[in-house]
Amino acid sequence: MTDDIEGAVKSFILKEFLPGEDPAELTDATPLITGGVLDSIATLKVVMFIEETFGISLQAHEVDSEHLDTIAQIAQLVRAKKS
Amino acid sequence: MLHIPFGRAARQYPDHVAVIEPGKGSISYRDLDAVSDRVRDRLRADGVGPGDRVGLCLHKSIDTVAAIYGILKLGAAYVPVDPGAPPARNAFILNNCAVKLAVIAARFEDHLRAELEKLGTMPSLFVLADTGAGAALRHALDEAEAKRPAPSTPTATPAAGELAYILYTSGSTGKPKGVMLSHENAVSFVDWCSEVFAPRTSDRFSSHAPFHFDLSILDIHLPLKHGATLVLVAEDIGKDPVRLAPLIADHRITCWYSAPSILSLLAQYGKLDRYDYSALRLVLFAGEVFPVKHLRVLTKLLPAPEYFNLYGPTETNVCTFYRVSLPIPDERSVPFPIGKVCSHLEARVVDDRGRELSRGDEGELCIAGRGVMQGYWSLPEQTSRAFHEDESGRRWYRTGDIVVEAADGDYTYLGRRDRMIKRRGYRVELGEIEAGLYRHPSVKEAAVVAVADEEAGHRVKAFLSCRDAKHPSLVQMKGFCAQNLPLYMIPDEFVWCDALPKTSTDKVDYQQLKAMA
Repeated sequence: MTDDIEGAVKSFILKEFLPGEDPAELTDATPLITGGVLDSIATLKVVMFIEETFGISLQAHEVDSEHLDTIAQIAQLVRAKKS
Repeated sequence: MLHIPFGRAARQYPDHVAVIEPGKGSISYRDLDAVSDRVRDRLRADGVGPGDRVGLCLHKSIDTVAAIYGILKLGAAYVPVDPGAPPARNAFILNNCAVKLAVIAARFEDHLRAELEKLGTMPSLFVLADTGAGAALRHALDEAEAKRPAPSTPTATPAAGELAYILYTSGSTGKPKGVMLSHENAVSFVDWCSEVFAPRTSDRFSSHAPFHFDLSILDIHLPLKHGATLVLVAEDIGKDPVRLAPLIADHRITCWYSAPSILSLLAQYGKLDRYDYSALRLVLFAGEVFPVKHLRVLTKLLPAPEYFNLYGPTETNVCTFYRVSLPIPDERSVPFPIGKVCSHLEARVVDDRGRELSRGDEGELCIAGRGVMQGYWSLPEQTSRAFHEDESGRRWYRTGDIVVEAADGDYTYLGRRDRMIKRRGYRVELGEIEAGLYRHPSVKEAAVVAVADEEAGHRVKAFLSCRDAKHPSLVQMKGFCAQNLPLYMIPDEFVWCDALPKTSTDKVDYQQLKAMA
Protein backbone atom coordinates (compact mmCIF):
# COMPACT_ATOMS: atom_id res chain seq x y z
CA MET A 1 0.00 0.00 0.00
CA THR A 2 1.24 3.49 -0.77
CA ASP A 3 0.56 6.84 0.87
CA ASP A 4 1.25 8.76 -2.33
CA ILE A 5 -2.18 8.17 -3.78
CA GLU A 6 -1.89 10.85 -6.46
CA GLY A 7 1.49 9.47 -7.57
CA ALA A 8 0.30 5.88 -7.74
CA VAL A 9 -2.85 6.75 -9.71
CA LYS A 10 -0.89 9.02 -12.04
CA SER A 11 1.70 6.31 -12.74
CA PHE A 12 -1.02 3.78 -13.47
CA ILE A 13 -2.90 6.09 -15.86
CA LEU A 14 0.29 7.12 -17.66
CA LYS A 15 1.42 3.52 -18.08
CA GLU A 16 -1.93 2.07 -19.12
CA PHE A 17 -3.65 4.83 -21.08
CA LEU A 18 -1.10 7.49 -22.00
CA PRO A 19 1.99 5.54 -23.03
CA GLY A 20 4.86 7.81 -24.00
CA GLU A 21 3.20 10.94 -22.59
CA ASP A 22 5.27 13.57 -20.77
CA PRO A 23 4.30 13.06 -17.09
CA ALA A 24 4.11 16.85 -16.65
CA GLU A 25 1.09 16.91 -19.00
CA LEU A 26 -1.00 14.86 -16.60
CA THR A 27 -1.70 16.98 -13.54
CA ASP A 28 -3.92 16.33 -10.55
CA ALA A 29 -6.54 18.56 -12.20
CA THR A 30 -6.50 17.12 -15.74
CA PRO A 31 -10.05 16.05 -16.69
CA LEU A 32 -9.85 12.31 -17.20
CA ILE A 33 -13.34 11.16 -18.19
CA THR A 34 -14.72 14.41 -19.60
CA GLY A 35 -11.31 15.08 -21.18
CA GLY A 36 -11.37 11.88 -23.20
CA VAL A 37 -8.41 10.26 -21.40
CA LEU A 38 -10.50 7.48 -19.83
CA ASP A 39 -13.33 5.74 -21.66
CA SER A 40 -15.77 3.48 -19.84
CA ILE A 41 -13.51 0.41 -19.88
CA ALA A 42 -10.48 2.45 -18.84
CA THR A 43 -12.50 3.94 -15.97
CA LEU A 44 -13.39 0.44 -14.86
CA LYS A 45 -9.71 -0.54 -14.92
CA VAL A 46 -8.81 2.51 -12.80
CA VAL A 47 -11.50 1.52 -10.29
CA MET A 48 -10.14 -2.03 -10.11
CA PHE A 49 -6.63 -0.64 -9.65
CA ILE A 50 -7.52 1.67 -6.76
CA GLU A 51 -9.67 -0.97 -5.06
CA GLU A 52 -6.81 -3.48 -5.16
CA THR A 53 -4.00 -1.02 -4.40
CA PHE A 54 -5.65 0.81 -1.53
CA GLY A 55 -7.83 -1.99 -0.17
CA ILE A 56 -11.07 -0.07 -0.53
CA SER A 57 -14.38 -0.76 -2.21
CA LEU A 58 -16.20 1.81 -4.31
CA GLN A 59 -19.97 2.02 -4.34
CA ALA A 60 -21.58 1.69 -7.72
CA HIS A 61 -22.81 5.30 -7.72
CA GLU A 62 -19.27 6.56 -7.12
CA VAL A 63 -18.03 5.22 -10.45
CA ASP A 64 -18.73 8.28 -12.57
CA SER A 65 -17.26 11.55 -13.77
CA GLU A 66 -18.54 13.39 -10.71
CA HIS A 67 -16.29 11.35 -8.43
CA LEU A 68 -13.43 10.20 -10.66
CA ASP A 69 -12.80 12.93 -13.22
CA THR A 70 -9.42 14.06 -11.86
CA ILE A 71 -6.56 12.47 -9.97
CA ALA A 72 -7.31 14.92 -7.12
CA GLN A 73 -10.91 13.68 -6.93
CA ILE A 74 -9.81 10.06 -7.01
CA ALA A 75 -7.28 10.68 -4.20
CA GLN A 76 -9.91 12.50 -2.16
CA LEU A 77 -12.30 9.58 -2.55
CA VAL A 78 -9.63 7.06 -1.57
CA ARG A 79 -8.65 9.09 1.52
CA ALA A 80 -12.28 9.41 2.60
CA LYS A 81 -12.69 5.63 2.28
CA LYS A 82 -9.52 4.88 4.21
CA SER A 83 -10.21 7.26 7.08
CA MET B 1 -48.51 3.56 -37.93
CA LEU B 2 -45.83 3.30 -35.32
CA HIS B 3 -47.83 4.91 -32.49
CA ILE B 4 -51.17 3.20 -33.21
CA PRO B 5 -50.30 -0.19 -31.63
CA PHE B 6 -49.25 1.64 -28.45
CA GLY B 7 -52.62 3.42 -28.34
CA ARG B 8 -54.35 0.05 -28.78
CA ALA B 9 -52.28 -1.49 -25.98
CA ALA B 10 -53.08 1.49 -23.75
CA ARG B 11 -56.80 0.85 -24.20
CA GLN B 12 -56.39 -2.88 -23.67
CA TYR B 13 -54.00 -2.76 -20.70
CA PRO B 14 -54.47 0.70 -19.13
CA ASP B 15 -53.20 -0.37 -15.71
CA HIS B 16 -50.15 -2.31 -16.90
CA VAL B 17 -46.83 -0.69 -16.19
CA ALA B 18 -45.56 0.71 -19.49
CA VAL B 19 -42.18 2.10 -18.51
CA ILE B 20 -39.97 1.78 -15.43
CA GLU B 21 -37.19 4.23 -14.78
CA PRO B 22 -35.16 2.51 -12.06
CA GLY B 23 -34.72 4.62 -8.96
CA LYS B 24 -37.02 7.32 -10.33
CA GLY B 25 -40.48 5.85 -10.89
CA SER B 26 -42.78 4.21 -13.39
CA ILE B 27 -45.79 5.03 -15.54
CA SER B 28 -48.87 3.04 -16.56
CA TYR B 29 -50.11 2.68 -20.13
CA ARG B 30 -53.07 4.91 -19.30
CA ASP B 31 -50.87 7.71 -17.98
CA LEU B 32 -48.24 7.43 -20.72
CA ASP B 33 -51.03 7.66 -23.28
CA ALA B 34 -52.47 10.72 -21.53
CA VAL B 35 -49.13 12.53 -21.19
CA SER B 36 -48.21 11.85 -24.80
CA ASP B 37 -51.63 13.23 -25.83
CA ARG B 38 -50.75 16.40 -23.95
CA VAL B 39 -47.39 16.59 -25.76
CA ARG B 40 -49.22 16.19 -29.09
CA ASP B 41 -51.59 19.04 -28.21
CA ARG B 42 -48.84 21.30 -26.90
CA LEU B 43 -46.67 20.83 -29.97
CA ARG B 44 -49.65 21.62 -32.20
CA ALA B 45 -50.36 24.76 -30.20
CA ASP B 46 -46.69 25.73 -30.53
CA GLY B 47 -46.88 25.59 -34.29
CA VAL B 48 -45.65 22.08 -35.08
CA GLY B 49 -47.65 20.20 -37.67
CA PRO B 50 -47.77 16.83 -39.40
CA GLY B 51 -44.64 16.25 -41.46
CA ASP B 52 -42.46 18.51 -39.31
CA ARG B 53 -39.36 17.32 -37.48
CA VAL B 54 -39.04 17.65 -33.72
CA GLY B 55 -35.65 17.33 -32.01
CA LEU B 56 -35.09 15.57 -28.70
CA CYS B 57 -32.08 16.47 -26.56
CA LEU B 58 -32.91 14.62 -23.37
CA HIS B 59 -31.47 11.86 -21.27
CA LYS B 60 -33.35 8.61 -21.55
CA SER B 61 -36.39 8.86 -19.31
CA ILE B 62 -40.15 8.39 -19.11
CA ASP B 63 -40.36 12.03 -20.19
CA THR B 64 -38.51 11.15 -23.40
CA VAL B 65 -40.72 8.15 -24.20
CA ALA B 66 -43.82 10.30 -23.67
CA ALA B 67 -42.35 13.01 -25.91
CA ILE B 68 -41.64 10.45 -28.66
CA TYR B 69 -45.24 9.23 -28.67
CA GLY B 70 -46.54 12.80 -28.53
CA ILE B 71 -44.50 13.70 -31.61
CA LEU B 72 -45.67 10.59 -33.47
CA LYS B 73 -49.30 11.20 -32.52
CA LEU B 74 -49.05 14.62 -34.11
CA GLY B 75 -47.82 13.06 -37.35
CA ALA B 76 -44.38 14.62 -36.96
CA ALA B 77 -41.02 12.83 -37.01
CA TYR B 78 -38.73 12.67 -33.98
CA VAL B 79 -35.02 13.38 -34.24
CA PRO B 80 -33.17 12.20 -31.13
CA VAL B 81 -29.65 13.54 -30.55
CA ASP B 82 -27.05 12.30 -28.11
CA PRO B 83 -27.17 14.72 -25.17
CA GLY B 84 -23.58 13.73 -24.33
CA ALA B 85 -22.24 14.65 -27.79
CA PRO B 86 -20.57 18.00 -28.44
CA PRO B 87 -23.27 20.73 -28.67
CA ALA B 88 -21.93 21.81 -32.08
CA ARG B 89 -22.67 18.34 -33.47
CA ASN B 90 -26.20 18.38 -32.05
CA ALA B 91 -26.82 21.88 -33.38
CA PHE B 92 -25.66 20.73 -36.81
CA ILE B 93 -28.16 17.85 -36.73
CA LEU B 94 -31.12 19.96 -35.59
CA ASN B 95 -30.30 22.60 -38.19
CA ASN B 96 -29.61 20.06 -40.92
CA CYS B 97 -33.10 18.58 -40.85
CA ALA B 98 -34.70 21.92 -39.95
CA VAL B 99 -36.51 20.85 -36.81
CA LYS B 100 -39.50 23.07 -36.07
CA LEU B 101 -39.05 22.61 -32.34
CA ALA B 102 -36.73 20.75 -29.96
CA VAL B 103 -37.67 19.28 -26.60
CA ILE B 104 -34.60 19.80 -24.47
CA ALA B 105 -33.47 19.49 -20.85
CA ALA B 106 -32.48 22.82 -19.27
CA ARG B 107 -28.93 21.66 -18.58
CA PHE B 108 -28.21 21.44 -22.33
CA GLU B 109 -30.01 24.64 -23.29
CA ASP B 110 -27.28 27.30 -23.03
CA HIS B 111 -24.63 25.44 -24.99
CA LEU B 112 -27.05 24.25 -27.64
CA ARG B 113 -28.63 27.67 -28.02
CA ALA B 114 -25.17 29.23 -28.50
CA GLU B 115 -24.27 26.70 -31.20
CA LEU B 116 -27.61 27.12 -32.95
CA GLU B 117 -27.11 30.88 -32.98
CA LYS B 118 -23.72 30.39 -34.63
CA LEU B 119 -25.54 28.54 -37.42
CA GLY B 120 -28.03 31.39 -37.73
CA THR B 121 -30.99 29.24 -36.79
CA MET B 122 -33.24 28.98 -33.78
CA PRO B 123 -36.06 26.45 -33.63
CA SER B 124 -38.57 26.80 -30.81
CA LEU B 125 -37.27 25.12 -27.67
CA PHE B 126 -39.59 23.36 -25.25
CA VAL B 127 -37.42 23.23 -22.15
CA LEU B 128 -37.80 20.71 -19.32
CA ALA B 129 -36.22 21.58 -15.98
CA ASP B 130 -34.76 18.08 -15.92
CA THR B 131 -35.87 14.58 -16.83
CA GLY B 132 -37.02 11.75 -14.61
CA ALA B 133 -40.18 9.69 -14.24
CA GLY B 134 -42.16 12.10 -16.41
CA ALA B 135 -42.44 14.74 -13.69
CA ALA B 136 -40.46 17.44 -15.49
CA LEU B 137 -42.44 16.95 -18.68
CA ARG B 138 -45.76 17.19 -16.83
CA HIS B 139 -44.56 20.30 -15.03
CA ALA B 140 -43.45 21.96 -18.28
CA LEU B 141 -46.79 21.06 -19.89
CA ASP B 142 -48.68 22.50 -16.89
CA GLU B 143 -46.72 25.74 -17.05
CA ALA B 144 -47.25 26.12 -20.78
CA GLU B 145 -50.93 25.31 -20.35
CA ALA B 146 -51.32 28.01 -17.71
CA LYS B 147 -49.84 30.58 -20.07
CA ARG B 148 -51.62 29.45 -23.21
CA PRO B 149 -54.04 26.52 -23.25
CA ALA B 150 -53.46 23.88 -25.94
CA PRO B 151 -56.72 22.69 -27.50
CA SER B 152 -57.09 18.96 -28.07
CA THR B 153 -56.06 17.83 -31.52
CA PRO B 154 -56.77 14.40 -32.99
CA THR B 155 -54.08 11.74 -33.19
CA ALA B 156 -52.74 11.63 -36.73
CA THR B 157 -52.78 8.61 -38.98
CA PRO B 158 -49.88 9.42 -41.29
CA ALA B 159 -49.46 7.65 -44.61
CA ALA B 160 -47.13 4.66 -44.55
CA GLY B 161 -44.42 6.62 -46.35
CA GLU B 162 -44.43 9.57 -43.93
CA LEU B 163 -41.33 9.92 -41.76
CA ALA B 164 -41.51 8.55 -38.21
CA TYR B 165 -37.98 9.46 -37.13
CA ILE B 166 -34.56 10.44 -38.42
CA LEU B 167 -31.46 8.85 -36.88
CA TYR B 168 -28.11 10.48 -37.56
CA THR B 169 -25.11 8.26 -38.14
CA SER B 170 -21.46 8.96 -38.70
CA GLY B 171 -20.76 10.47 -42.11
CA SER B 172 -17.58 10.00 -44.12
CA THR B 173 -17.43 13.70 -45.03
CA GLY B 174 -17.05 14.69 -41.40
CA LYS B 175 -20.71 15.56 -40.86
CA PRO B 176 -23.31 13.13 -39.56
CA LYS B 177 -26.00 12.11 -42.03
CA GLY B 178 -29.68 11.68 -41.28
CA VAL B 179 -31.22 8.31 -42.08
CA MET B 180 -34.91 8.87 -42.89
CA LEU B 181 -37.16 6.08 -41.65
CA SER B 182 -40.86 6.00 -42.41
CA HIS B 183 -43.75 4.54 -40.46
CA GLU B 184 -43.81 1.61 -42.87
CA ASN B 185 -40.08 1.01 -42.30
CA ALA B 186 -40.52 0.98 -38.55
CA VAL B 187 -43.81 -0.91 -38.38
CA SER B 188 -42.65 -3.68 -40.71
CA PHE B 189 -39.60 -4.16 -38.49
CA VAL B 190 -41.58 -4.16 -35.24
CA ASP B 191 -44.09 -6.60 -36.72
CA TRP B 192 -41.25 -8.91 -37.69
CA CYS B 193 -39.97 -8.73 -34.10
CA SER B 194 -43.46 -9.66 -32.87
CA GLU B 195 -43.46 -12.70 -35.11
CA VAL B 196 -40.03 -13.96 -34.05
CA PHE B 197 -39.80 -13.00 -30.38
CA ALA B 198 -43.50 -13.39 -29.47
CA PRO B 199 -43.65 -10.74 -26.71
CA ARG B 200 -45.97 -11.39 -23.76
CA THR B 201 -47.68 -8.88 -21.51
CA SER B 202 -45.57 -10.23 -18.65
CA ASP B 203 -42.31 -9.44 -20.48
CA ARG B 204 -39.91 -6.81 -19.28
CA PHE B 205 -37.72 -5.46 -22.06
CA SER B 206 -34.46 -3.66 -21.40
CA SER B 207 -33.79 -0.30 -22.96
CA HIS B 208 -30.02 -0.27 -22.94
CA ALA B 209 -29.18 1.54 -26.18
CA PRO B 210 -29.45 5.33 -26.31
CA PHE B 211 -32.53 6.64 -28.11
CA HIS B 212 -30.43 8.08 -30.97
CA PHE B 213 -29.25 4.52 -31.72
CA ASP B 214 -31.35 2.22 -33.95
CA LEU B 215 -31.52 -0.55 -31.33
CA SER B 216 -33.93 1.73 -29.45
CA ILE B 217 -36.66 1.12 -32.04
CA LEU B 218 -37.09 -2.47 -30.88
CA ASP B 219 -36.56 -1.45 -27.24
CA ILE B 220 -39.33 1.16 -27.21
CA HIS B 221 -41.89 0.14 -29.76
CA LEU B 222 -41.98 -3.65 -29.39
CA PRO B 223 -42.90 -3.93 -25.69
CA LEU B 224 -45.28 -0.97 -25.88
CA LYS B 225 -47.13 -2.61 -28.73
CA HIS B 226 -47.81 -5.71 -26.63
CA GLY B 227 -48.73 -4.44 -23.16
CA ALA B 228 -45.29 -5.42 -21.84
CA THR B 229 -42.97 -3.25 -19.74
CA LEU B 230 -39.94 -1.26 -20.82
CA VAL B 231 -37.14 -0.90 -18.23
CA LEU B 232 -34.95 2.11 -18.99
CA VAL B 233 -31.25 1.70 -18.30
CA ALA B 234 -29.60 5.06 -17.60
CA GLU B 235 -26.62 5.89 -19.83
CA ASP B 236 -24.05 5.83 -17.00
CA ILE B 237 -25.26 2.52 -15.54
CA GLY B 238 -25.42 1.06 -19.03
CA LYS B 239 -21.65 1.37 -19.38
CA ASP B 240 -20.87 -0.02 -15.95
CA PRO B 241 -21.16 -3.82 -15.64
CA VAL B 242 -20.85 -3.67 -11.85
CA ARG B 243 -24.07 -1.66 -11.53
CA LEU B 244 -25.79 -3.14 -14.55
CA ALA B 245 -25.58 -6.78 -13.43
CA PRO B 246 -27.82 -6.36 -10.35
CA LEU B 247 -30.21 -4.04 -12.21
CA ILE B 248 -31.03 -6.72 -14.80
CA ALA B 249 -31.70 -9.23 -12.01
CA ASP B 250 -33.59 -6.89 -9.66
CA HIS B 251 -35.94 -5.70 -12.38
CA ARG B 252 -36.58 -9.26 -13.58
CA ILE B 253 -35.76 -8.33 -17.16
CA THR B 254 -36.96 -11.03 -19.54
CA CYS B 255 -35.68 -9.70 -22.89
CA TRP B 256 -32.28 -8.07 -23.12
CA TYR B 257 -31.03 -6.24 -26.21
CA SER B 258 -27.70 -4.44 -26.57
CA ALA B 259 -24.43 -4.25 -28.44
CA PRO B 260 -22.12 -7.19 -27.65
CA SER B 261 -19.49 -4.99 -25.97
CA ILE B 262 -21.52 -4.46 -22.78
CA LEU B 263 -22.40 -8.17 -22.70
CA SER B 264 -18.66 -8.95 -22.90
CA LEU B 265 -18.06 -6.59 -20.00
CA LEU B 266 -20.91 -8.15 -18.01
CA ALA B 267 -19.41 -11.59 -18.55
CA GLN B 268 -15.95 -10.39 -17.47
CA TYR B 269 -16.68 -7.92 -14.66
CA GLY B 270 -20.36 -8.27 -13.76
CA LYS B 271 -20.01 -11.13 -11.22
CA LEU B 272 -23.12 -12.63 -12.79
CA ASP B 273 -23.00 -15.74 -10.59
CA ARG B 274 -24.14 -13.59 -7.64
CA TYR B 275 -27.53 -12.72 -9.10
CA ASP B 276 -30.76 -14.42 -10.11
CA TYR B 277 -31.43 -14.23 -13.84
CA SER B 278 -34.16 -16.85 -13.94
CA ALA B 279 -36.58 -14.38 -15.58
CA LEU B 280 -34.32 -13.80 -18.57
CA ARG B 281 -35.64 -15.64 -21.65
CA LEU B 282 -34.08 -13.74 -24.56
CA VAL B 283 -30.67 -12.17 -25.10
CA LEU B 284 -30.45 -10.22 -28.35
CA PHE B 285 -27.28 -8.56 -29.55
CA ALA B 286 -26.49 -6.41 -32.57
CA GLY B 287 -24.21 -3.68 -33.80
CA GLU B 288 -20.91 -5.49 -34.11
CA VAL B 289 -19.30 -8.92 -34.10
CA PHE B 290 -19.52 -10.69 -30.73
CA PRO B 291 -16.12 -12.31 -30.01
CA VAL B 292 -16.90 -16.00 -29.51
CA LYS B 293 -14.70 -16.35 -26.43
CA HIS B 294 -16.72 -13.72 -24.54
CA LEU B 295 -20.05 -15.06 -25.83
CA ARG B 296 -19.05 -18.53 -24.64
CA VAL B 297 -18.27 -17.22 -21.13
CA LEU B 298 -21.61 -15.39 -21.05
CA THR B 299 -23.63 -18.39 -22.18
CA LYS B 300 -21.91 -20.60 -19.64
CA LEU B 301 -22.83 -18.16 -16.88
CA LEU B 302 -26.37 -17.72 -18.24
CA PRO B 303 -27.30 -20.90 -20.13
CA ALA B 304 -31.11 -20.60 -19.94
CA PRO B 305 -32.04 -17.75 -22.33
CA GLU B 306 -32.18 -18.00 -26.11
CA TYR B 307 -29.43 -15.99 -27.81
CA PHE B 308 -29.95 -14.19 -31.11
CA ASN B 309 -27.36 -12.41 -33.22
CA LEU B 310 -29.22 -9.61 -35.02
CA TYR B 311 -27.57 -7.81 -37.90
CA GLY B 312 -28.46 -4.70 -39.84
CA PRO B 313 -27.45 -1.11 -40.48
CA THR B 314 -29.59 1.84 -39.36
CA GLU B 315 -30.78 2.12 -42.97
CA THR B 316 -32.69 -1.17 -42.72
CA ASN B 317 -32.69 -1.84 -38.99
CA VAL B 318 -32.32 -5.60 -38.40
CA CYS B 319 -32.20 -7.43 -41.72
CA THR B 320 -30.76 -10.83 -40.81
CA PHE B 321 -30.89 -12.89 -37.62
CA TYR B 322 -29.24 -16.00 -36.25
CA ARG B 323 -30.17 -18.12 -33.24
CA VAL B 324 -27.05 -19.31 -31.43
CA SER B 325 -27.13 -22.99 -30.47
CA LEU B 326 -25.88 -23.77 -26.98
CA PRO B 327 -23.53 -24.93 -25.66
CA ILE B 328 -20.87 -23.23 -27.76
CA PRO B 329 -18.09 -25.76 -28.37
CA ASP B 330 -14.81 -24.89 -26.64
CA GLU B 331 -12.87 -25.24 -29.88
CA ARG B 332 -15.01 -22.71 -31.79
CA SER B 333 -13.28 -19.38 -32.38
CA VAL B 334 -14.84 -18.06 -35.59
CA PRO B 335 -17.75 -15.65 -35.10
CA PHE B 336 -21.30 -16.91 -35.69
CA PRO B 337 -23.08 -16.14 -38.97
CA ILE B 338 -25.35 -13.13 -39.20
CA GLY B 339 -27.99 -15.63 -40.29
CA LYS B 340 -31.03 -15.59 -42.55
CA VAL B 341 -32.82 -12.62 -43.99
CA CYS B 342 -35.86 -11.37 -42.04
CA SER B 343 -39.27 -12.19 -43.53
CA HIS B 344 -40.20 -8.55 -44.31
CA LEU B 345 -37.05 -8.05 -46.40
CA GLU B 346 -35.17 -9.62 -49.28
CA ALA B 347 -31.43 -10.00 -49.66
CA ARG B 348 -29.04 -10.50 -52.54
CA VAL B 349 -25.28 -10.55 -52.86
CA VAL B 350 -23.74 -8.53 -55.68
CA ASP B 351 -20.31 -7.88 -57.14
CA ASP B 352 -18.77 -4.42 -57.42
CA ARG B 353 -20.72 -3.78 -60.61
CA GLY B 354 -24.04 -4.67 -59.01
CA ARG B 355 -24.41 -8.08 -60.67
CA GLU B 356 -26.09 -10.71 -58.55
CA LEU B 357 -23.74 -13.48 -57.46
CA SER B 358 -24.40 -17.14 -56.90
CA ARG B 359 -24.72 -18.63 -53.45
CA GLY B 360 -21.24 -19.24 -52.06
CA ASP B 361 -19.62 -16.25 -53.80
CA GLU B 362 -18.32 -13.38 -51.70
CA GLY B 363 -19.91 -10.03 -52.40
CA GLU B 364 -21.77 -7.06 -51.03
CA LEU B 365 -25.02 -7.67 -49.18
CA CYS B 366 -27.93 -5.65 -50.57
CA ILE B 367 -31.37 -5.38 -49.01
CA ALA B 368 -34.78 -4.49 -50.42
CA GLY B 369 -38.23 -4.40 -48.91
CA ARG B 370 -40.53 -2.55 -46.56
CA GLY B 371 -37.90 -1.94 -43.89
CA VAL B 372 -35.41 -0.09 -46.08
CA MET B 373 -34.94 3.65 -45.43
CA GLN B 374 -36.15 6.31 -47.79
CA GLY B 375 -32.73 7.95 -48.03
CA TYR B 376 -30.45 10.44 -46.29
CA TRP B 377 -31.88 13.79 -45.33
CA SER B 378 -31.12 16.35 -48.06
CA LEU B 379 -28.25 14.27 -49.45
CA PRO B 380 -29.56 13.11 -52.84
CA GLU B 381 -26.14 12.07 -54.14
CA GLN B 382 -25.26 9.98 -51.11
CA THR B 383 -28.75 8.50 -51.21
CA SER B 384 -28.31 7.61 -54.84
CA ARG B 385 -24.92 5.99 -54.14
CA ALA B 386 -26.43 3.99 -51.28
CA PHE B 387 -28.80 2.13 -53.62
CA HIS B 388 -28.52 0.21 -56.80
CA GLU B 389 -31.38 -0.64 -59.11
CA ASP B 390 -31.86 -4.11 -60.48
CA GLU B 391 -33.08 -5.00 -63.95
CA SER B 392 -36.70 -4.43 -62.94
CA GLY B 393 -35.95 -1.01 -61.46
CA ARG B 394 -36.22 -2.18 -57.87
CA ARG B 395 -34.07 -0.30 -55.35
CA TRP B 396 -31.62 -2.31 -53.23
CA TYR B 397 -29.79 -0.75 -50.30
CA ARG B 398 -26.07 -1.44 -50.48
CA THR B 399 -24.96 -2.29 -46.94
CA GLY B 400 -21.24 -1.98 -47.68
CA ASP B 401 -20.79 -5.29 -45.86
CA ILE B 402 -19.07 -8.15 -47.65
CA VAL B 403 -20.79 -11.47 -46.94
CA VAL B 404 -21.07 -15.00 -48.22
CA GLU B 405 -24.24 -17.09 -48.22
CA ALA B 406 -23.97 -20.72 -47.11
CA ALA B 407 -25.98 -23.60 -48.54
CA ASP B 408 -28.47 -23.36 -45.65
CA GLY B 409 -29.23 -19.68 -46.41
CA ASP B 410 -27.20 -18.27 -43.53
CA TYR B 411 -25.07 -15.25 -44.37
CA THR B 412 -21.65 -14.79 -42.82
CA TYR B 413 -20.12 -11.34 -42.41
CA LEU B 414 -16.60 -11.06 -43.83
CA GLY B 415 -15.72 -7.35 -43.68
CA ARG B 416 -16.37 -3.89 -45.08
CA ARG B 417 -15.86 -2.45 -48.53
CA ASP B 418 -15.21 1.06 -47.17
CA ARG B 419 -13.77 2.89 -44.17
CA MET B 420 -16.62 2.37 -41.74
CA ILE B 421 -15.97 0.49 -38.50
CA LYS B 422 -17.96 -0.51 -35.44
CA ARG B 423 -16.78 0.63 -32.05
CA ARG B 424 -18.66 -0.41 -28.93
CA GLY B 425 -21.65 -0.95 -31.19
CA TYR B 426 -21.46 2.53 -32.71
CA ARG B 427 -20.89 2.98 -36.38
CA VAL B 428 -17.93 5.21 -37.07
CA GLU B 429 -16.71 6.59 -40.37
CA LEU B 430 -12.96 7.04 -40.04
CA GLY B 431 -13.30 10.10 -42.28
CA GLU B 432 -15.42 11.81 -39.62
CA ILE B 433 -12.62 11.34 -37.06
CA GLU B 434 -10.12 12.75 -39.54
CA ALA B 435 -12.36 15.76 -40.18
CA GLY B 436 -12.55 16.29 -36.40
CA LEU B 437 -8.75 16.12 -36.05
CA TYR B 438 -8.27 18.63 -38.87
CA ARG B 439 -10.15 21.19 -36.76
CA HIS B 440 -7.17 21.34 -34.40
CA PRO B 441 -5.09 24.40 -35.36
CA SER B 442 -1.79 22.51 -35.01
CA VAL B 443 -2.81 19.57 -37.17
CA LYS B 444 -1.40 19.76 -40.68
CA GLU B 445 -2.30 16.26 -41.84
CA ALA B 446 -4.48 13.59 -40.25
CA ALA B 447 -5.15 9.99 -41.23
CA VAL B 448 -6.85 7.36 -39.13
CA VAL B 449 -6.67 3.60 -39.34
CA ALA B 450 -8.51 0.94 -37.39
CA VAL B 451 -7.05 -2.22 -35.94
CA ALA B 452 -9.29 -5.13 -34.92
CA ASP B 453 -9.60 -5.50 -31.16
CA GLU B 454 -11.54 -8.12 -29.23
CA GLU B 455 -12.70 -5.82 -26.42
CA ALA B 456 -13.65 -2.66 -28.29
CA GLY B 457 -14.32 -4.09 -31.75
CA HIS B 458 -11.62 -1.83 -33.15
CA ARG B 459 -8.78 0.29 -31.82
CA VAL B 460 -8.35 3.56 -33.63
CA LYS B 461 -4.92 4.93 -34.36
CA ALA B 462 -4.44 8.49 -35.61
CA PHE B 463 -1.37 9.47 -37.63
CA LEU B 464 -0.73 13.20 -37.64
CA SER B 465 1.73 15.77 -38.82
CA CYS B 466 2.08 19.13 -37.13
CA ARG B 467 2.27 22.74 -38.30
CA ASP B 468 4.30 23.74 -35.27
CA ALA B 469 7.75 22.77 -34.01
CA LYS B 470 6.28 21.10 -30.92
CA HIS B 471 3.21 18.95 -31.30
CA PRO B 472 0.32 18.98 -28.78
CA SER B 473 0.53 16.42 -25.98
CA LEU B 474 -1.57 13.27 -25.85
CA VAL B 475 -3.65 14.76 -23.02
CA GLN B 476 -4.26 17.91 -25.06
CA MET B 477 -5.27 15.92 -28.14
CA LYS B 478 -7.66 13.70 -26.17
CA GLY B 479 -9.15 16.76 -24.52
CA PHE B 480 -9.57 18.46 -27.90
CA CYS B 481 -11.26 15.38 -29.33
CA ALA B 482 -13.60 15.17 -26.33
CA GLN B 483 -14.80 18.67 -27.23
CA ASN B 484 -15.19 17.96 -30.93
CA LEU B 485 -16.17 14.33 -31.37
CA PRO B 486 -18.46 11.86 -29.63
CA LEU B 487 -16.44 9.98 -26.99
CA TYR B 488 -16.61 6.69 -28.91
CA MET B 489 -14.75 8.35 -31.80
CA ILE B 490 -11.71 9.51 -29.81
CA PRO B 491 -8.62 7.70 -31.15
CA ASP B 492 -6.85 5.34 -28.79
CA GLU B 493 -3.42 6.34 -30.02
CA PHE B 494 -1.86 9.39 -31.65
CA VAL B 495 1.31 9.06 -33.68
CA TRP B 496 3.09 12.20 -34.86
CA CYS B 497 5.10 12.01 -38.07
CA ASP B 498 7.13 14.64 -39.95
CA ALA B 499 4.83 13.96 -42.88
CA LEU B 500 2.31 11.22 -43.62
CA PRO B 501 3.43 8.57 -46.12
CA LYS B 502 2.04 9.12 -49.63
CA THR B 503 1.31 6.96 -52.64
CA SER B 504 2.71 7.74 -56.08
CA THR B 505 -0.39 9.84 -56.75
CA ASP B 506 0.32 11.86 -53.62
CA LYS B 507 -2.59 10.45 -51.63
CA VAL B 508 -2.20 9.29 -48.04
CA ASP B 509 -0.82 5.77 -48.16
CA TYR B 510 -3.27 3.96 -45.89
CA GLN B 511 -1.72 0.57 -46.64
CA GLN B 512 1.59 1.77 -45.24
CA LEU B 513 -0.14 3.31 -42.23
CA LYS B 514 -1.94 0.03 -41.58
CA ALA B 515 1.41 -1.76 -41.70
CA MET B 516 2.75 0.81 -39.21
CA ALA B 517 -0.28 0.30 -36.94
